[in-house]
Amino acid sequence: MIQSILLSSISEGLLFGFVTIGVYITFRVLAFPDLTVDGSFVTGGSVAAVMIATGHNPFLATVAALIAGLIAGTITAALNTAFRINALLSGILMMVGLYSVNLRVMHGANIPLIRSITIFESVAHFCSIRRSSVLIIYTLVVLAAMFFLALNWFLRTEVGLALRASGDNEQMVRGLGSDTNKNVVLGCAISNGLVALAGSLVAQSQGFCDVNMGIGMIVMGLAAVIIGEGVLHPRGIAKILFACFVGTFLYRLFITIALRLGLAPGDLKLITATLVVIVLAVPYVKKRLRGEWVPPAARM
Amino acid sequence: MGRGDDHILLGLIDIRKVFSRRTIDEVTALDGINLDVYEQDFVTIIGSNGAGKSTLLNVIAGIYPPERGGKVCVADQDITNMPEYKHAAYAGRVYQNPSEGTAAKLTIEENMAMALLRGQSRGLRAAINKRRRELFRSALSPLGLGLEDRLSAYAATLSGGQRQSLALVMATISKPAILLLDEHIATLDPRTAETVLELTDMIVKRERMTTIMVTHNMDIALRYGNRLIMMHQGKILVNMGEEEKKKLTIADLVAAFERAAGEEFKDDSIMLSQR
Ligand SMILES: Nc1ncnc2c1ncn2[C@@H]1O[C@H](COP(=O)(O)OP(=O)(O)OP(=O)(O)O)[C@@H](O)[C@H]1O
Ligand SMILES: [Mg+2]
Repeated sequence: MIQSILLSSISEGLLFGFVTIGVYITFRVLAFPDLTVDGSFVTGGSVAAVMIATGHNPFLATVAALIAGLIAGTITAALNTAFRINALLSGILMMVGLYSVNLRVMHGANIPLIRSITIFESVAHFCSIRRSSVLIIYTLVVLAAMFFLALNWFLRTEVGLALRASGDNEQMVRGLGSDTNKNVVLGCAISNGLVALAGSLVAQSQGFCDVNMGIGMIVMGLAAVIIGEGVLHPRGIAKILFACFVGTFLYRLFITIALRLGLAPGDLKLITATLVVIVLAVPYVKKRLRGEWVPPAARM
Repeated sequence: MGRGDDHILLGLIDIRKVFSRRTIDEVTALDGINLDVYEQDFVTIIGSNGAGKSTLLNVIAGIYPPERGGKVCVADQDITNMPEYKHAAYAGRVYQNPSEGTAAKLTIEENMAMALLRGQSRGLRAAINKRRRELFRSALSPLGLGLEDRLSAYAATLSGGQRQSLALVMATISKPAILLLDEHIATLDPRTAETVLELTDMIVKRERMTTIMVTHNMDIALRYGNRLIMMHQGKILVNMGEEEKKKLTIADLVAAFERAAGEEFKDDSIMLSQR
């Protein structure tokens, strides 16, 4: 029982870890509160599902999902940078718009992938073994490691540094000759690319894509970011990326345990909300109990 | 006129800037500024609150363009309507507040790496490598603040003076044509302000940078630089060259202001900040 809880939490931690990194890039790195996520997650899932269901190579389908996410993120950022639409609103508009797009892509609300060849079947076939939860985890570990290394490299390059600096001090970055609009577009694109990738992997691992499976993704991502930061206090890019996965794993672990304890799926949102409140409030309460001064609440 | 050859480096032609046009809040912040700055000039600008000093620097830095008809030229190139990030190739800037010129959540070396690539295209090379780190160390060590040994410290952990000194090195490390300083010592305590000012003078002289420095302090305006400009209500009232400035006293300056403005000099903030 404990083993099965751990296995499913690890696999979900890896799957949704990509969402968390995406959320981390927009909210924390770019200071761009991007709500596109709930929509782009399903966009990734539906693009991959449609392609896989119609017999395309699952790896190609996964890459296509990632690209669809890149495009969605680019549009969100463009709404903000080119037309000066508020960042929150840009994300909300995209999230809402994508809902219809996703329905169109899937020609309906749901696509089953039961008898289709997903990347997991592909890998299983390649290794001449049967699809199993362990195989899924190994596959996801390899994928996560690839993206971890790629992001860890990219965020240290000249372009990556400018992207990180843009969320920190936009005026300075422009004053040093880097186009912050471009950086925001790039960051949002990468973020939603990762989110869509996660959507495609989730669809493939659960065997279907549903138009509503993105609901609450943004909250989950934020919760996982906050848990990861709260538990590991990461410093430096590699540790932050790692903390995103750890945070997601812990989040899924809590949820799984809560469900096993007999709470209804409908209670999950309340559990998530409570969890985030606890992680955020505990350090504050601790400081107050130690008699430390704490700055007034921030509103953004 | 300049300390170097007599090339006009920065030319400002009929620069006007009106904010909130056609509302009751309409302000003419700049009212027909014409100014030639020669290579290696060090121009100090003084003027009362709201005189338009920051607006002028913002126009030069490309934060917003001047009204139509105005022109900003650097080395004979018209940069008036280039976006701000392209202006950066021509002008480095230190802001009034230390937190404006540095990125708090980046380390010292990351801040320096951002500054090093001013005006160059940024690529997929590592932003920081051994050679660059050496370069950062040698650029920071003349400050005498020990920043060269704290390259991986976050900028947020530095004091105001340290951060402003870092901002100064960042504004100059890639040697842009012009250095813009907008009351860059205003938020520092007097001792730190003096140190940062000395550093500024040292770097400007060493790199032979063409510099425009806004200050509220007449004494500083007289002590530093080879030219002095006094602004009032969006206009340049007094524009003194090297010879005039050498013998200038605060009393002369006040008299020159009154002659030009036709009104009594009553800016307390300037009078109070003389030593
Ligand atoms: N972004 C803006 N929007 C509206 N009005 C502005 C803006 N920036 C400046 N102004 C107005 O333009 C005028 C000149 O302002 P500016 O900041 O250039 O003055 P300054 O000489 O730098 O003054 P200080 O010494 O107080 O810094 C002021 O009346 C100011 O209110
Ligand atoms: Mg000002």
